[in-house]
Amino acid sequence: MSLSIDEVRHIARLARIELGEGEAQDTLDKLNNIFGLIEQMQAVDTSQVEPMSHPQDVAQRLRDDIVTESDRRDAYQRVAPQVEAGLYLVPKVIE
Amino acid sequence: MSRPDWEVVIGLEIHAQLNTASKIFSGATTAFGAEANAQASAVDIALPGVLPVLNKGAVERAIRFGLAIDAEVARKSVFARKNYFYPDLPKGYQISQFELPVVVGGQITIRVGEGDAAYDKTVTLTRAHLEEDAGKSLHEDFHGMSGIDLNRAGTPLLEIVSEPDMRSSAEAVAYARALHSLVRWIDICDGNMQEGSFRCDANVSVRRPGAELGTRREIKNLNSFRFLQQAIDYEIQWQIERIEDGGRVEQATVLFDPDSGETRMMRSKEDAHDYRYFPDPDLLPVVISEDWIARTRAALPELPGAMRARFEADWGLSAYDAITLTSSRDAATYFEAAVAAAGDALAKPCANWIMGELAARLNKAEREITDSPVSPAQLAALVARIADGTISNNAGKKVFDALWNEAGAEVDAIIADQGLKQMNDSGALEAIVDEVLAANAKSVEEFRAGKEKALNALVGQVMKASRGKANPTQVNEVLRSKLGG
Repeated sequence: MSLSIDEVRHIARLARIELGEGEAQDTLDKLNNIFGLIEQMQAVDTSQVEPMSHPQDVAQRLRDDIVTESDRRDAYQRVAPQVEAGLYLVPKVIE
Repeated sequence: MSRPDWEVVIGLEIHAQLNTASKIFSGATTAFGAEANAQASAVDIALPGVLPVLNKGAVERAIRFGLAIDAEVARKSVFARKNYFYPDLPKGYQISQFELPVVVGGQITIRVGEGDAAYDKTVTLTRAHLEEDAGKSLHEDFHGMSGIDLNRAGTPLLEIVSEPDMRSSAEAVAYARALHSLVRWIDICDGNMQEGSFRCDANVSVRRPGAELGTRREIKNLNSFRFLQQAIDYEIQWQIERIEDGGRVEQATVLFDPDSGETRMMRSKEDAHDYRYFPDPDLLPVVISEDWIARTRAALPELPGAMRARFEADWGLSAYDAITLTSSRDAATYFEAAVAAAGDALAKPCANWIMGELAARLNKAEREITDSPVSPAQLAALVARIADGTISNNAGKKVFDALWNEAGAEVDAIIADQGLKQMNDSGALEAIVDEVLAANAKSVEEFRAGKEKALNALVGQVMKASRGKANPTQVNEVLRSKLGG
């Protein structure tokens, strides 16, 4: 399987990455190399192997349902570009 | 609304906010209504280098839900990243579950309609999965910018997905109500719809009976049962008219405007999100042991369906009564306490008083049944006094009034103080009846001439003469025996 240049542009748009014309072609080549690698790996019969969602075969540790955080808004907002009335201000977005 | 030449197909996705103390992946509080961003921790605002740690309480609630709907609780489930850009989602992805959700399948039986037209229906669930909520964007004018409040970010949600089993807005609403009742019953969600703790998305399509499924449109974010009904009804009508006019329904996401009662397009299929789900490398698979499931099952309360069947079988309640009394765990608890005090034989009058007088008074006073001034024991004592003939049903209302208005009052003391005791002394009653008959010769004549209504006038006179203390049934009997004899 290989990607088309349009698919690369679509993925870049979804990821909000701006790609110039040369960059798009360059990225396409790199991604297709990776797909080539995947193709090689797919030659291995894994039908009897349960897929893993994480490289380590261990279970998630759980945290007790206890409030441990206090209000540190002022510290966090000190690094924000713009705040008002406790809110983070961002360029207007209405979907 | 229903049209025999069209079949409606509805599936619901419901987001229930889980009532944990802390967030799903951070130790920040989930309390509602705090100052903006005061409850947004480093994890919730996605500062670099932070890692999510899963809340055991959220998983426990998902297990409880799975067991309550007789679903499969996945022994292993996986969190995935759902990628999209929006400022109230600072990580650029929402942690959700995709291929391996925590709850698979399940079903719930709903009651649709009222009276003789009511019917039961079992709705199948597809899945339920855990995820985090996003923050809130405020678009009021902040110098042309939007304000972001991340207090809600990271609040645990259970997204409950049904199969497209519903065939009308009434069925969709009955299903949503049943789930709303269930999540509160098993205490995993407070069900507060105004605060957004329970929100519905409806997938609606129409087709000719027996045809392939039509193209669906999804109505987003319905936060009341009334809006759910109105939005679906509007959408059905819109889709049918469009097709009948020769048009086609295109897949889309729409919003319901409560002011106009219409749905309007939010985004078309071309703009549909491509979420690029993949397993979240920050979280390991969640493993739920048999032991944990067994312990959770043992701690579950009796479920509304089982309780409803028991009320009908043991106490002879109608389906309507049993459903009404199991609509919330608090109502059921109250009813059971009242019956325990009054005795099984008085279950039906207890039910009537709870669903009648008590419900009306609570509703008027905007109080919850847990906050009722009349206790189950007091109500049981009142019901018992009516049943044993001490007071009439009408006098019962006066007693109820007194119980409502005066904390800790005793039923027998109220009956004595207000002189509400029914006259069961037949000698005294006969004397009154004789007086009334003597004074109302005209009514007596009319009754003897076959005018049945004349008897009512005489009963009324006797009740008046006894100052309401006579037992109407007994008055009737005495009158008939005297007039007949």
